[in-house]
Amino acid sequence: MSTEAHSQYEAVIGLEIHAQLLTETKMFCTCANAFGSGDNANTCPTCLGMPGALPVLNKKAVEFSVRTGLALNCQIEETSVFARKNYFYPDLPKGYQISQYDQPLCKEGFVEFFLGEEKKRVRIERAHMEEDAGKSQHQDQDTLVNYNRSSVPLLEIVSGPDMRSAKEAAEYARAVRSILQYIGVCDGNLEEGSMRCDCNVSVRKWGAEKLGTKVELKNINSFRFIEKAIEYEIERQIDAIESGEKIIQETRLYDSDKNRTFSMRTKEEAQDYRYFPEPDLLPVRVSPMWIEDIKSHLPELPLQRFERFVREYGLPEYDSQILTQSKDMAGYFEVVAKVSKNPKASSNWIMVELLRCLNEEKKEIVDSPVSSQNMAELIASIDSGKISGKIAKTVFEEMYKTSEAPEKIIKEKGLAQVSDSGSIEKWIDQIIESNPGQVSQYRSGKDKLFGFFVGQVMKVSKGQANPELVNELLLKKLKE
Amino acid sequence: MKKEELRHIATLARLEMEDEELELFSEQLSQIIQYFGELKKLDTEGVEPLVTPTEIEYWMREDVVHDSLSTEDVLRNAPDKRGHLFKVPPVV
Amino acid sequence: MDLLKLSLSETAEKVRKGEIKAVDVTKAYLERSKSLNKELNAYISFNEKALIAAEKVDQMVANKKDPGLLAGCPIAIKDLLCTKDLASTAGSKVLKNFIPPYSATVVERLEAQGAVILGKTNLDEFAMGSSNETSAFGSVKNPWDVTRVPGGSSGGSAAAVAAKMGLGAIATDTGGSIRQPANFCGIVGIKPTYGRVSRYGIVSYASSLDQAGPMGVTVEDTALILESISGHDPRDSTTSQKKVPQWAKNLKGDLRGVVVGKPKEYFEKEIDSEVQKIIDESFEILKSQGATIKDVTLPTAPYAISIYYLVAPSEASSNLARYDGVRYGHRAESKNIEELYMKSRAEGFGREVKRRIMLGTFALSSGYYDAYYIKACKARRLLLQDFMKAFQGCDFMLSPVTTTAAFKIGGRIKDPLAMYLNDVFTTPTNLAGLPGMSVPAGFTKEGLPVGVQLTAPHFEEQRILNAAQVIEKHTNKEKRKPNVY
Repeated sequence: MSTEAHSQYEAVIGLEIHAQLLTETKMFCTCANAFGSGDNANTCPTCLGMPGALPVLNKKAVEFSVRTGLALNCQIEETSVFARKNYFYPDLPKGYQISQYDQPLCKEGFVEFFLGEEKKRVRIERAHMEEDAGKSQHQDQDTLVNYNRSSVPLLEIVSGPDMRSAKEAAEYARAVRSILQYIGVCDGNLEEGSMRCDCNVSVRKWGAEKLGTKVELKNINSFRFIEKAIEYEIERQIDAIESGEKIIQETRLYDSDKNRTFSMRTKEEAQDYRYFPEPDLLPVRVSPMWIEDIKSHLPELPLQRFERFVREYGLPEYDSQILTQSKDMAGYFEVVAKVSKNPKASSNWIMVELLRCLNEEKKEIVDSPVSSQNMAELIASIDSGKISGKIAKTVFEEMYKTSEAPEKIIKEKGLAQVSDSGSIEKWIDQIIESNPGQVSQYRSGKDKLFGFFVGQVMKVSKGQANPELVNELLLKKLKE
Repeated sequence: MKKEELRHIATLARLEMEDEELELFSEQLSQIIQYFGELKKLDTEGVEPLVTPTEIEYWMREDVVHDSLSTEDVLRNAPDKRGHLFKVPPVV
Repeated sequence: MDLLKLSLSETAEKVRKGEIKAVDVTKAYLERSKSLNKELNAYISFNEKALIAAEKVDQMVANKKDPGLLAGCPIAIKDLLCTKDLASTAGSKVLKNFIPPYSATVVERLEAQGAVILGKTNLDEFAMGSSNETSAFGSVKNPWDVTRVPGGSSGGSAAAVAAKMGLGAIATDTGGSIRQPANFCGIVGIKPTYGRVSRYGIVSYASSLDQAGPMGVTVEDTALILESISGHDPRDSTTSQKKVPQWAKNLKGDLRGVVVGKPKEYFEKEIDSEVQKIIDESFEILKSQGATIKDVTLPTAPYAISIYYLVAPSEASSNLARYDGVRYGHRAESKNIEELYMKSRAEGFGREVKRRIMLGTFALSSGYYDAYYIKACKARRLLLQDFMKAFQGCDFMLSPVTTTAAFKIGGRIKDPLAMYLNDVFTTPTNLAGLPGMSVPAGFTKEGLPVGVQLTAPHFEEQRILNAAQVIEKHTNKEKRKPNVY
């Protein structure tokens, strides 16, 4: 299909993000909210939907939800209502999910983030509390069900249809995850499913007022796939419309191997969830005092931190973006910067050297064998002239391998930079003596040979000679 | 309450129904639902729906783990299982 | 000493003092109950471990420990409540073989007060019915006349208490299911304020209406059982944190200054003349002890049937969705999951249950939700407001429980709507969450018991317990007993 035809269309994208909250217990029962336990090991009458079992709300889940709503600049409703969403599926033990329908906890917020250089704002229509379902796996001719995940607390965050490109949607999702991690309510692991993204995609001709028919995309477990799935879907819809087809409102799954979306078996009848207020629970009450308390304890959010890094540390925006991507990374940087008193060097060392090593081993910053204190000391050692920048790289490698402090390594391996003129002059004399040919060539005008002499001095000093002093003294001696 | 509408309700409620039973229910439910028509006579303008009839003090619980059921107890009444998982015929 | 002649409070006291043994009491009741059950079908199952529980009570007494308010008293439990390791069927094929690994809070509290669970009583399937004729385990017979129904849905519990097949029983009331059978069987039955007693472990029918409550022979005994089971439960978000009064101890018969409300709309219905006579006599009894009677009005009460039969089935249609044959309960032969649902549920549920599920699904469905379910909820608030207003002018209300005494088995089951209309006097109480009770007040010429209904404002159970005891003292002077005795 011609790109010309495609350029006549605008994509309209909204995301529904389900975040599993990092509480100790489930939403409505006291079973452990833990990943990776034995099959059906964390279940009870309530999360199994047994006769007579009743739900009791987890206070922490409410606290985390309010915290998230505030971080997303939402209005927090003092009274919100749980509702039953009724449908049949084997991983739904009660035959209904306890969720929130027309009176959600959080409304009308927004998220700001950078798409390249441009600052974007996406509205948050609502965020509401609900419980997760169990997990069913299909094996041979059967379906097997595990209810460990049943009733795990979820916060569903619904954006407005404000995004206009697949890339923007992926950046929005990254920004939300970053916020969730920063405030400590969700670990945002798409692969493990602690954060799930459903995308609503529609297209319309530029200038059209009405929205096109929206299609829901599910089963996307990485940010890269979010982008690819939406890209594919936009193309698919435009192609379909151009060929005279109508877009069916449906749910499609993303196949990452084939990089395409395909239709889930649609039922002839649309789902009628028959929402009604949950009679086993009272309306949720959040007092203004509690909201204020949670607000006052909100940590600095990613965007605020980014802007502060630029302001306070004078870092370029690119560096700040990378460093504030995760709370742990930003925290690590700040320790290094403050202790070493050299933010730019801190930034370089972390972004270039440390991240390279961590990425190779697929490690996170929290698992870094090089502590922030040690990193800072390494930088300070360079700045004080204790070691050269080149030697520092060697020291760093050793630090990464052994987790030792730089001072210890420098001492043990005798890597301290030599800056006393006496020793350097001795080395220079030694080189001049053993290279009479090159010396006379240099003295007769072959300036290029200077590098050779420097190299030789560095070699005989095992790289420890202070390069500036070598240059200075060598120049002097060769002139003689 | 036409038979077709009733069939749709039965599907929503996952109740398989023979034609005969549908006929019977169609008759009975129509009668009952017609009786409900009397509610139209009540003026409920501006009235909030009532769900819980008593004033109950608000209740939430602390985020503390308590013992779950043993897997033996969980699966004791399971019609079919494999290992510690509940087994059902395939979800098409 | 004939152990069976002792009342509940007498039995508990004598067991506590060590004068009699709980084991002997339990043996006597088990023997009698198993024998009478062949005719009455009041029990679905007996507790094989009852004697072990009785043994424990005797041990406590021997160790000078207080076993509790209901020490050694055999209590029947409606089979709607889960009892750990004992079959709990809800009167349905769906749960025929269900053995829960947990007990209802009510059951745990009874056991904590030294009660001995004698067995699980018969009921209308999933508590849906007014005659105990919809049970998958057969109908229950009224001990006063075995050709008649004991009432429902707690017919088994009522018959058991009336025929002295236990010292008391626990039942549940959603639209009258404690009061109506208590009324038909000539015993005391109390539905507490909504939120007074925990619903945890009780098979849910209609969440915003269900309450468990006691049935007993005397007001005092029944009040004791109510005290034992009431109070906040952290496992039930809809229970109140209000303190539980000592109702039995605080019973008083002086009704001077008390105003009894007579709800005018109730008396506009066609009431059997013999029932009316007994109601009138009850008003007189209360007056004789100092009370004054006042006419009150509940304009929305005539709509209660419509409201109830919209709200209850709606909640039920959702509460019964969990019976899908996946984790427990009846499972049909099926090739795929859809068939599993459709067939298991169709095979497991009886007709009345199916009817109410359909009704509820309809009322909640898209396009009908506002006109039916929401409309009913709004009308419900109007009804509550009516009661609140009326209670400003009276301390409690007196009315019939039903328009007639117990009807013949098979007499009304063919016409669902006619059966629903029976609940005209009892449903308003549940809709408003008020405490209500039935106390025996007389007999028809045919010897059938007739009770009166007392309804109080929220949490004011003491008021109606007092009045009920007054009525009790002044009626049934000849202490009649059912034939089956």
